[in-house]
Amino acid sequence: MSKAGDKSWIGQSVERIEDLTLLAGRGRYIDDIGVPPGTLHAAILRSPHAHAEIRAINTEAARRAPGVATVITAAEVTKLSTSLVVGVKAPIECWPIAAGRVRYVGEPVAVVVAADRYLAEDALELIEVDYAPLPAIVDPLAALDPQLPPLHEGLGGNIASDRSFRYGDPERAFAEAARKVCVSIRYPRNSCTPIETYGIVAVYDPSEDAYDVLANFQGPFSLHPVMARALKVPGNRLRLRTPPDSGGSFGIKQGVFPYVVLIGVAARVAGRPVKWVEDRLEHLCASVSATNRVTQLEAAVDADGRVRALSFDQIEDVGAHIRAPEPATLYRMHGNLTGAYDIRHVAVRNRVVLTNKTPTGLNRGFGGPQMYYALERLMQRVAVELKLDPIDVIRRNLVTAKAFPYRTASGALLDSGDYSHALDVALADGGFAELKKRRDAARAQGRIYGIGCTAVVEPSVSNMGYITTVLTAEDRRRAGAKNGAQATATVAFDPLGGVSVHTASAPQGQGHRTVLAQIVADAFGLAPSDIRTVSEIDTARDAWSIASGNYSSRFAAAVGGAAHLAATRLKEKLARTAAAQLNVPPAEIEFVGGRVRARGNPDNSIPFARLAATSHWSPGMVTDDNQALRETVFWTPPELTAPTEADEVNSSLCHGFIFDFCGIEIDRVTGAVRIDKYVTMHDCGCVLHPGMVAGQITGGFAQGIGAALYEEFAYSPDGAFLAGTFADYLLPTTTEVPAPTILHVETPSPFTPLGAKGVGEGNCMSTPVCLANAVADALGIAAIDLPMTPAKLAAHIHPAEHAPDRARAGRS
Amino acid sequence: MPRLSADARHRIRLTLNGRTVEAVAEPRMLLTDFLRHNLAMTGTHVGCEHGVCGACTVEIDGVPARACLTLAVQADGADIRTIEGLAPAPGRLSILQEAFRRHHALQCGFCTAGILLSLECYLRDNPSPDEAALRDYLGGHLCRCTGYVPIIAAALDAAARLREAHKHA
Repeated sequence: MSKAGDKSWIGQSVERIEDLTLLAGRGRYIDDIGVPPGTLHAAILRSPHAHAEIRAINTEAARRAPGVATVITAAEVTKLSTSLVVGVKAPIECWPIAAGRVRYVGEPVAVVVAADRYLAEDALELIEVDYAPLPAIVDPLAALDPQLPPLHEGLGGNIASDRSFRYGDPERAFAEAARKVCVSIRYPRNSCTPIETYGIVAVYDPSEDAYDVLANFQGPFSLHPVMARALKVPGNRLRLRTPPDSGGSFGIKQGVFPYVVLIGVAARVAGRPVKWVEDRLEHLCASVSATNRVTQLEAAVDADGRVRALSFDQIEDVGAHIRAPEPATLYRMHGNLTGAYDIRHVAVRNRVVLTNKTPTGLNRGFGGPQMYYALERLMQRVAVELKLDPIDVIRRNLVTAKAFPYRTASGALLDSGDYSHALDVALADGGFAELKKRRDAARAQGRIYGIGCTAVVEPSVSNMGYITTVLTAEDRRRAGAKNGAQATATVAFDPLGGVSVHTASAPQGQGHRTVLAQIVADAFGLAPSDIRTVSEIDTARDAWSIASGNYSSRFAAAVGGAAHLAATRLKEKLARTAAAQLNVPPAEIEFVGGRVRARGNPDNSIPFARLAATSHWSPGMVTDDNQALRETVFWTPPELTAPTEADEVNSSLCHGFIFDFCGIEIDRVTGAVRIDKYVTMHDCGCVLHPGMVAGQITGGFAQGIGAALYEEFAYSPDGAFLAGTFADYLLPTTTEVPAPTILHVETPSPFTPLGAKGVGEGNCMSTPVCLANAVADALGIAAIDLPMTPAKLAAHIHPAEHAPDRARAGRS
Repeated sequence: MPRLSADARHRIRLTLNGRTVEAVAEPRMLLTDFLRHNLAMTGTHVGCEHGVCGACTVEIDGVPARACLTLAVQADGADIRTIEGLAPAPGRLSILQEAFRRHHALQCGFCTAGILLSLECYLRDNPSPDEAALRDYLGGHLCRCTGYVPIIAAALDAAARLREAHKHA
């Protein structure tokens, strides 16, 4: 990477461009943006039942209510749209509103469109729905039972996909193994719950049969064709735009897309623009959730703790529908099933099941938390059962530094790293030896104290083809190979020589605009404050592709890289034009401090702005090759190939490394976990902005604490939703989140333009299991599922309590 | 307490960030909606509408309050300060806001307004807070992006600078 002038802006924690606006309360989130005159407001009636037939819906009284323009139900939606495309070969439909049957609590049943939200909500109460309740399937294991009635008639059961994979020779490795170690995991449902909920403003133009929708959608824009097909228009007649600011997402705002279809139809029926903003109760119960997963994971192990083979049996609960891009959560990690370890033999059985719960989708970590919880609990159990040091077991199995780029058994190409080195630095700089002394001292006092550790490979920049691993090789051949991940960036000069950058990255607070300004400022020898950046998306005007959006931690590695490439192309053109004017070879041209000059002769220079404006004012002075007005780069890495005939898939481009360790204490009375110390070591390649990287790590760490200790989208056995408010679904607050010790080593990615890798999701993968390993160490237990609530842990501390004798209590 | 009619819109006059403003609202309208949609003060955000997340916190007569648990008509005659009233001038930031920027104490910025308003009130009454007290106090705000660590750092830094500014005032 070339540095412009004396210093590089990349790598500095510059203050964020975004913050002056946001701190002054001038952000423009979706609900802050003006709407067209006459815009109506929608409210959604939702199912109180987990599973029921809809016998009849009477909307007459609601239609007559004050201010109501229209009421829509499945009758209108199924007429004006088609089912959302489903990603597996199965006879399943997926509508954004219940059609004939409700399949989860919170499923939309009717939409009232009225003059304002208050009036729309008033009218909801006047809608009469005649439900005939059906038995609910809540437990994913129950969904395997062929005797239970199917949620979707055509399917015959509730298993939507069942695939087995085999890499290497796992049967032989298990047959020859000195030891076998197994864990059985039930990973719960949770979500990262952004503080801003979903919002949409939809307009339908009947003259051109076109939709214009503003939504705080985050991507992936592979869902744009899904929405367009559902709305029965070509892609160029669904103009999808995102607002400048979005109040967090963490994957969750992918799930706004079915509502784009629903509110689009509502706008069409109403004949007016329609706005809908989700409320928190709707969000918790029915927006989207991470998958819950039941995993049996077995390892074939040598006597010294070397793991030779893994056997996964994963049952993925996607809820009531397979909503695109599911079952992607199950396949996102498919190339990385061996984590940070050199394990050549892997067997996998993946089943996707349907239950009467909210449909699942993107959530920070996306498959990583579920997978690593099983893998890293297993590694801890290997150490315990073989009476080895857990650190030694991890170290013995790590991919070695000289093996990179390393192809995993299931097909991922690990780009770079030195895992053992990172581990050593973490132990030394993080104070592991001292932590062990702390544990010993605490235990000597009779306190319940444990240490946990975990190693994780954090994938980033998803291969858009990985999802097709759910299909057989034959089905993939028939459908056409899918692969790659197009990142886009546009850099443009205006007639005053100002520099603008646009990317289709749809940030939700990460600070993309600042980093883009750093990257492009470096290329041109300018300051970040000279660069104007736009990162919202308008599919009618902007360069975008299916991989656009903000997910799979792709910004730094892919989008930032594309911006660097676009700026570099313009810079090369400018350098050639400047070379002609300054009478030096192009290689002697440098861009420093707002001027373009001959190296070694600063007086022989021209102002950057003047040079950048030349192709506007004097194109005749510039050769055709060097016209420099606007450059758009589409960048897709060649490493992201389609799944092979043998189902090997390089599911992601970059692979960061994380090694975490922690010390926790459990309150002997209450069973509450206190985090005493937490160390997290990251190798995310080149760091573009240390402050933002620390922000991503600390934020992910806090969400990991939530998943580990507090959060669960719990359902009762009859499918009732039990976590419908923030008083039931508990998020960690300032009093629960200590400051983690963050450490870094850097091995640049050879596959990305700036050497950067993603860093946004790793602690959502590593922190829950690291804390669980510490709890298991503290209590000396093998089986522990999340969330590790005080009630759950107290049962391991206190003797069983017997219920009072009711008969006698009743007599006295 | 005046008697209000549920069907009628009532005139509400209040002081908002030092200026007198007037608008009408039905008795059931929440203060959040009134501020955002009737008075165009969109810097106050709505996160949960049941009083847990703290995003909508504003200062009412010198005390931080959840605007989502307050009816607009309750604010008649009140002195209200929102995020839009914190900066000393357009394009400039207060000492507290500057500290947030310096410490990267916000990412998406959606919860930030409420946290700033709570801290404004708290630091006025508690100019020398320790970290434990600040953590306890800010436990009433949910932030999903930052992990809170930089928020605490920014608040401690701002408190020190505010004390310094007072000394020289």
